[in-house]
Amino acid sequence: MKWIFGLMIVAAVLFGLFSGNIDAVTNAAISESVGAVQLVVTLAGGLCLWSGIMKIAEKAGLTQKIASLLSPITCRIFKGLKKDDPAMQSISMNITANMLGLGNAATPLGLKAMQQLEEQAPVKGTASNNMIMMVVLNTASVQLIPTTVATLRLAHGSANPMEIIPAVLITSLLSLTAAVLAVKLFARRQPE
Amino acid sequence: MKLGNLIVPLLIALIIIYGLVKKVDVFEVFVEGAKDGLLVAFRILPVLVGLLTAIGMLRASGALDALTSLCAPLTRVLGVPEQVLPLALLKPVSGSGSLAVLENLLTQFSPDSYIGRVACVMQGSTETTFYTIAVYYGAVKTTRTRCTLPCALIGDAVGLILSGFVVRLLFGVA
Repeated sequence: MKWIFGLMIVAAVLFGLFSGNIDAVTNAAISESVGAVQLVVTLAGGLCLWSGIMKIAEKAGLTQKIASLLSPITCRIFKGLKKDDPAMQSISMNITANMLGLGNAATPLGLKAMQQLEEQAPVKGTASNNMIMMVVLNTASVQLIPTTVATLRLAHGSANPMEIIPAVLITSLLSLTAAVLAVKLFARRQPE
Repeated sequence: MKLGNLIVPLLIALIIIYGLVKKVDVFEVFVEGAKDGLLVAFRILPVLVGLLTAIGMLRASGALDALTSLCAPLTRVLGVPEQVLPLALLKPVSGSGSLAVLENLLTQFSPDSYIGRVACVMQGSTETTFYTIAVYYGAVKTTRTRCTLPCALIGDAVGLILSGFVVRLLFGVA
């Protein structure tokens, strides 16, 4: 992570100097840091709401039900996790929320799963294979209904805003498969 | 009344009702859970300030645009129209940025054109990879992420290449 962060900043400053965009880079540095705080403040409401709602689902035993429903898939993807592991429940709820297109609900659930996976990680501060899998599942998330895109298509006068759903599903399922396979291959080559 | 708008309130109501039936003190438990949410927000803030600033600077410097023109010959071979390339490059980095590009593309080209459809499929089928990685690892303070970024980018690349292919398969090039 330190290399990505460093490289992005150095590249931005060097490129800005050579292309004469350095003023814009300066402005971006200031405005984006403010924007990041605004983003977290915006996110905080959703994080609190969904953490609260999901706590109710958890206490009522709803999350266990969904977790056991998804367990044939999740047990195969996440190695060494039992069906009734608390991390497994958070993972299942995260996947469910992602599929419904509820990004705001999926993030807090995913973060909770990450914390639970981190407790089981063999080396602290280093991502375990299951943690990598969890993050990759979320960077390549599968959406049943791409609501934002459909709304934009409608706004621009599409005859059929929802017609792209099959194409989106096929594409995202295949890219997800590729990412999961990549993690699996890596996990086999490099033990934790 | 759109289905998308109905899902959220229905889901909340269903969970609350389920909780009440199972005799859960729904408000007490809700507040307890909401506190966890606030802690998460607090923890991801410094990480997001760092990464979003770096991404914003990179975008403003014009380096991303330069990368776009550099990649143009490659995407032509893959059958992805070069007009959607800025979207493909921006999507892993910035959700709001890529949404702005999509908005721009749909103003130039009809949403029912080949370019419009490819752009929509691309936007719908991938996530903002860097942002997701930053938030997820930020929450657990993990700094050595091993193969996370390459694996996630492999998924993104497959999505990017296939979005052109799948649209051609289902709709043709018209």
